[in-house]
Amino acid sequence: MFSRWLRIARRDWRDWLTFLAFVGPNLSLFAIFTYYPMVQNSVLALSDYNLITRSGPFVGLRNFETVFGSSQFGKIIVNTFVFTTVSVVLLIVLGLLIALLLNQNLRGRNAARSILFSPTILAGAAIAIVWIYIFDPRFGFIYTILKPLGIPAPKWLTDPAWAMPAIIIVYVWKNLGYAAVIFIAGLQAIPRELYEAARVDGARAWERFWYVTLPGLSPVVFFLTVTTILSSFQAFDIIDVMTEGGPVNATNTLIFHLYELFFQASSPSRAAVVANLLFVLMLIVTALQVRYLERRVNYA
Amino acid sequence: MGMFAVVLIIGIPVAWVLSGALKTNREIFSTTPQLLPANPNFDNFIKAWQAAPFDRFYINSFITTLFGAGAEIIMAVTTAYALVFVRFPKRDWVFFLLLVALMVPDEVVLVPNYLTIASWKMVNTYPGIVLPGASIAFGAFLLRQYFRTIPLDLIDAARVDGAGHLRTLWHVVLPVAAPAVATTALLCITAKWGEYIWPLLITTTEDMRTLPVGISRLLDQEGNTEWGVVMAGTLFVTVPVMLIFLYAQRFVVDGIAAGAVKG
Repeated sequence: MFSRWLRIARRDWRDWLTFLAFVGPNLSLFAIFTYYPMVQNSVLALSDYNLITRSGPFVGLRNFETVFGSSQFGKIIVNTFVFTTVSVVLLIVLGLLIALLLNQNLRGRNAARSILFSPTILAGAAIAIVWIYIFDPRFGFIYTILKPLGIPAPKWLTDPAWAMPAIIIVYVWKNLGYAAVIFIAGLQAIPRELYEAARVDGARAWERFWYVTLPGLSPVVFFLTVTTILSSFQAFDIIDVMTEGGPVNATNTLIFHLYELFFQASSPSRAAVVANLLFVLMLIVTALQVRYLERRVNYA
Repeated sequence: MGMFAVVLIIGIPVAWVLSGALKTNREIFSTTPQLLPANPNFDNFIKAWQAAPFDRFYINSFITTLFGAGAEIIMAVTTAYALVFVRFPKRDWVFFLLLVALMVPDEVVLVPNYLTIASWKMVNTYPGIVLPGASIAFGAFLLRQYFRTIPLDLIDAARVDGAGHLRTLWHVVLPVAAPAVATTALLCITAKWGEYIWPLLITTTEDMRTLPVGISRLLDQEGNTEWGVVMAGTLFVTVPVMLIFLYAQRFVVDGIAAGAVKG
């Protein structure tokens, strides 16, 4: 009896050690580079941290006042909102459109899907550089095709009115394949019988789309909206390479502002204020997603 | 229709890069620019290689991707295995901790991590580039989902035969889960290879830059005067990843689609 108990205990003990050995390195790194920094972000934001002395006095909410009260901050919030909203809408609409076009059972569909997906995995910095050359108002692709037509090409990246559209085009181009791939999978998950039934009931093509396809895709639309919002908050490489937040802050977003405050203004404390704000925004989006998923599980 | 749209969307930028890289300066800066190069030649690739220390960029990108993505892949596999197959009293707590980590993007913890690496005197070193991004939550989740579909009988059979956890992982779980592991690995590798903001912050000298950061420096240096050279440089960055992707694309794209729809 006792020896059996001992044997089980020894086996448990070995399992626990294995568990810790398997999970420990990952969790330790998270402790140092994720959990602790979250605390550190709040400490930094509430103090006036000096990069040279590596310390700073507690200043309460003064950094928040400085960051939120700065003359460009309103512009940065509007830019972030515009960039995220327009990107999400374009990715959903164009992604769905392409998915519908590719969903017919034609040969080469999988190849087309993979080709379209490829920009997603390429380095954003390299893609941004290629697009600078495409947009170039004197030697670029757009200039080259517009010139024979007698249409002047916009000065995309140096004109405050065109810089944000340019950034959005590149961001959407990079992520379009991802959206399309997710939509194609969503389309294929809709049961064939629903379409058959609708057809038997005499539903026209657009009615089948409106009453069968769209409701069937609603979880996919939701998933893509959330993931795109979250990743658009992190879009840094394209903006840094193409415009550095300019011209005159036309493409300055929260993530770029964070970088700018830290590395150009050398103010880790004010950068931490922006980091906290970004995190809260992303947490709200994630919380909405979790609530939605729970509702689906409970009532579906 | 669909194929035509895809060809247009992807084909135009790709064709423009290739055409730019193969053109001479006279063609690029002509007052009547043409879409295609008249005399395609590879001079720009040679010039690009000489204009920036691309050999260093390659070595740096290779080392940081190897160790960064390598650590991620190994820890994603072990973490997922432990969460699914190893008994532990507080397994749910560990799962919750990972969930928290999943919700914190790298950009949010940029400043504290820079200060940590600086206090360890690791600015402008390989460990400084690799360490903060070496842990992995997303991949661990992806693999956990997949491992849960493996029949427990398979694991029990191996355990009864006296195989330890490491042997079970290596000889039973990995072969069964190969497509999922490969998908995770490819996503880790391509993400590390293209990583921009962290290597930009943490490297301070030209000889420590990775390819994406180095190529944007090349643009600052040569842009507007040497488009052909810059386009050749972007191909140095993108072609290796493109080749890996083309080799593995089928099941990778399937894996991503399945993960999203099954949720």
